[in-house]
Amino acid sequence: MHVGLEHYLTVSFLLFALGLLGVILRRNLIVMYMSLELMLNAANLALVSFSRFNNKLDGQVLVFFIITVAAAEVAVGLALIVALYRKRQSAHVEDLTSMKL
Amino acid sequence: MEMEVINNLINGGAVTDVLFYVFAALTLLCGVLVIANPFSRSPVTSAMFLVLTILSMAGLFVLLHAFFLAAVQILVYAGAVMVLFLFVIMLLDLKEEERRKLKLFGLLGGLVSVGTVLAIFMRSLAAIKPAGAAPQLEGSTPDLGRLLFSQYVLPFEIVSVLLLVAMVGVILLSKKKLE
Repeated sequence: MHVGLEHYLTVSFLLFALGLLGVILRRNLIVMYMSLELMLNAANLALVSFSRFNNKLDGQVLVFFIITVAAAEVAVGLALIVALYRKRQSAHVEDLTSMKL
Repeated sequence: MEMEVINNLINGGAVTDVLFYVFAALTLLCGVLVIANPFSRSPVTSAMFLVLTILSMAGLFVLLHAFFLAAVQILVYAGAVMVLFLFVIMLLDLKEEERRKLKLFGLLGGLVSVGTVLAIFMRSLAAIKPAGAAPQLEGSTPDLGRLLFSQYVLPFEIVSVLLLVAMVGVILLSKKKLE
């Protein structure tokens, strides 16, 4: 069977589900952040395959923007984690409960 | 000469299919190892497997003829972003994450939500009609650049402002004392 759009989308969906599972199950802030990156990458893969199989380049331009925004997001997020770690000496979500009612 | 070989490799149907399965399997396997590694709970291992995931995903981009994006993926993600991750991991000096008992409710909720998302995806996948003609699109860098600097020039400029804002924000956040 020839590899088509469905195959690429399946990979993308599975990767997204993996990222979601990581965000929900892991308790380490940094690993949760990496799972977020997995989900972003899954979206990128879906966009590139849509672009390829619809003969339109716009999807690839969007992926270009997503990569740029993701880089900015990682920088800000990691700075937040470092600031949190300085205050709490921990990067576990279970130790960050000051906003709990 | 080399270009011809690469073109044959990419356009030759059977080889492409095999390469797709290899890269897809690598991507998913390394993705699993990022979130749940049976041998190590250290974030450094997760980061290394994330690099492998991103590299095999760049392979998938090449199979989709998105050569420029494959290069950007390796440069920005596997290069800059992962170096940032590793740098922060070293800076925080995280101890090996002890195996905390997973709460049953959390595990159940996680599996249910992931199952729901997957079910929605599979339904939408079933709705896709198989494309008739073979894809013709060549994601060549000049074409991409032309589109980026004509139709998408405003978003492009906004993104550059966004990067500046992010940079200022990071410097402010990582100052010793927030005023």
